[in-house]
Amino acid sequence: MATLEIRDLHVTVEADNATKEILKGVDLTVKQGETHAIMGPNGSGKSTLAYSLAGHPKYTITGGTVLLDGEDVLEMSVDERARAGLFLAMQYPVEVPGVSVSNFLRTSATAIRGEAPKLRTWVKEVKEAMQRLNMDPSFAERNVNEGFSGGEKKRHEILQLELLRPKVAILDETDSGLDVDALRVVSEGVNRVRETGEVGTLLITHYTRILRYIKPDHVHVFAGGRIVESGGPELADKLENEGYEAYTKGGASA
Amino acid sequence: MAEAQNSPKSSTSLGQGGPPPVGSTTAGSIAVAAESTVVSRMSAPPSFDVADFPVPHGREEEWRFTPLERLRGLHDGTAVGTGDGLKVDVQAPEGVTVEAVGRDDARLGKAGTPVDRVAAQAYSAFEKAGVITVAKETVLTEPIRIAVHGEGGTAFAHQVIELGAFAEAVVVIDHTGDAVLAANVDYVLGDGAKLTVVSVQDWDDKAVHIAQHNALVGRDASFKSVVVTFGGDVVRLHPRVTYAGPGGEAELFGLYFTDAGQHQEHRLLVTHNVPHCKSNVVYKGALQGDGAHAVWIGDVLIEAAAEGTDTYEMNRNLVLTDGARVDSVPNLEIETGEIVGAGHASATGRFDDEQLFYLMARGIPAEEARRLVVRGFFAELVQQIGVDDIEQRLLEKIDEELETVSGPGR
Repeated sequence: MATLEIRDLHVTVEADNATKEILKGVDLTVKQGETHAIMGPNGSGKSTLAYSLAGHPKYTITGGTVLLDGEDVLEMSVDERARAGLFLAMQYPVEVPGVSVSNFLRTSATAIRGEAPKLRTWVKEVKEAMQRLNMDPSFAERNVNEGFSGGEKKRHEILQLELLRPKVAILDETDSGLDVDALRVVSEGVNRVRETGEVGTLLITHYTRILRYIKPDHVHVFAGGRIVESGGPELADKLENEGYEAYTKGGASA
Repeated sequence: MAEAQNSPKSSTSLGQGGPPPVGSTTAGSIAVAAESTVVSRMSAPPSFDVADFPVPHGREEEWRFTPLERLRGLHDGTAVGTGDGLKVDVQAPEGVTVEAVGRDDARLGKAGTPVDRVAAQAYSAFEKAGVITVAKETVLTEPIRIAVHGEGGTAFAHQVIELGAFAEAVVVIDHTGDAVLAANVDYVLGDGAKLTVVSVQDWDDKAVHIAQHNALVGRDASFKSVVVTFGGDVVRLHPRVTYAGPGGEAELFGLYFTDAGQHQEHRLLVTHNVPHCKSNVVYKGALQGDGAHAVWIGDVLIEAAAEGTDTYEMNRNLVLTDGARVDSVPNLEIETGEIVGAGHASATGRFDDEQLFYLMARGIPAEEARRLVVRGFFAELVQQIGVDDIEQRLLEKIDEELETVSGPGR
C-alpha cells in the first residue's frame, strides 16, 4: 500500500534578499485510499507544502524527510517525483504556448506509464474523461491553459488526475475561484479517483465549502508553518463555525 | 502570451501609439517596439547607386536595430569582393534556363530597387548576375535547388528568378558555410504563375548575410516565400512584395531560431499598389542564450488605388532563456477604406521556469518539455511549407538547436 511520509519538514524561501522559513517541522502520513484535508489561513504555508513536495525550485528544503513507499522523494527531480506517483493539482496552472492539451496529455501519460498508450484506447479514454468533466471536445486542441477560464484550468487539472492515476494526489486550493457548479463537477472528478481506493489525497483548502462534496477522513489545521491540530471531519465543522482565529493568535501566522 | 491586435477598416497609419503588449509572460529581456511608419522610415529614396545613400550611423529608422560594427564593412564601402570564396551551385530540372549574365542585362532589377545602402552596394558591386527562367506554362514537378556555400570570402550578388505566365516552380535556396554576403534577389512572376521559394540561412557562426528580396507578383499569380534562418552572426533579410496586376496573392512565412550572440533581422514590406490582391505574413521565432537578438519589422502599405485588399501579418516569438531580446514592430498604413480586411498581431512569450516546472510535474523530462514546446510552436508553420524534405530537415534542425542550449539542470 502506497504511503507518503512527511517527517519534520523544514522549508525556506528567498524573499527580499532574506531567507525566510515557511515550513517549521511538518509531520504527516498519507496512506493510499485516505483523504486528508489541510486547512489553514492565508500565509500559513499550505501551498509551500504542496509545491515543496512536488519539487518546485523556489523552495529550499532545510530539514526533514519525505518518503514515498520508502523512497526518498527529496532526492528526486520534479519529473521523477511525478513518475514515482506524486501529482500536484496546481492552484495557478501555467500557460504553455504552442503545446496542445491532447499532445500534452499523451506526452505526460507516456512519461508516467513508461510507454505510449495505445492510440485507439487512449483517444477513447481521454474523450470519456473529458465528457465526465463536462469539457467540450474542442478543448483538446487548445494550447495548455492558454486563455482558459479559472474553471477550465481546474477541470484540466482534474482531467490529468484522472488520466495519470497517481499514488498520492495533492490538490492545492483546487476549489478556489470556482462557482458552485464547477466546484461540483471538479469534486465529482476527485471523488471518482478516490473511489478507486488507489490514491491517497491531500486536499489543501482555505474554505470548508469543498468538504461538502469531498469527505475527508482526516482534517488538519495548518498554521505558522506546521500542523497544529488534527482530527476527524468534525474538526472542519468547528473551523466552519469558529474560523482560524484561535490558531492565528500570537502571531503564529506569517 | 501577450498579444496586440488591430483590425483596422479605415484610413491612416495604424499600429502606432498604443502601448506595447503586456502580459505575465513578458519580462525585462523582451522589448516590443510599436512605432514607425512605412513610407517615412527610409532615410533615402530607393536607388541602384550606392552613392545615393549616406553611410548609415545607426540611428536611422532602418538601421537602428542592426549592429553596424558587425557588418564587416558592407554598409560603409570598406568591404571588398574577394572574387571567390562563395560557391553557387544550381540544380534545375528540365524546362529551366540557368544563365550568368553581365551587369547590363535588361532583366535585372525589374522587381524592385535597392532601398538601403547595403542593397545598393550589392547592386553596384556584383560582377555577374544569375538569371533562372521558367518558360511560360511550364509546370515543374521537381524543385530548383540553389546551393550557396561560403568558403570564407566576401561577395556581392544578384539573382533573378523569373516565371513566365502560368508557369509553376518551387525553388530552394540553401545558404551554408562562412561568408560575408550582400545580395539582391528578384522574383518576377508572370500572370497566373505560381512560385514557392524556400530560403534557408543555415550559415556557420561567423557569416554575415544581408539581402533584399523583391517579388513582383503578376496578375492572378501566387507567390509563397518561406524564409528560414538558423545560422550566421548577422542575418538581415528584407523581403518585399509589389503587385503587377490585380488578383495576386503573396504568402510570406518565416521561421528563425536565434542563438546566443546572433542577430537575425527580418524586415518585410508588402505594398498593395493594385486592387484585389491578398497578402498573408506569418513569422515565428525562438530565441535562446545571452545576446540573442531577433528583429521583425512587418510593414504593409495599402495604397489609395488598392481597393479590395485583404492582408494580415503576424509575428510570434518564443523566448526560451534569459538574456535574449526581441524587437517586433508590425505596422499597417492604409490609404483607402475600401478593403476586405487588414490586420496584424505581434506576440512574444517566454518559456520559463514555471512552464518547465508544470510540464515536469507531469512526469515529462526537462529536455523533452523544451522540445515539446518549441516543436509545437513551429509545427503549424512548418506544415505550410509544402516541400517534404525541407519540412523534415527543419524539424531535425530545430531539435538540434535545442540540444545546444544548456537548460536549467533540474
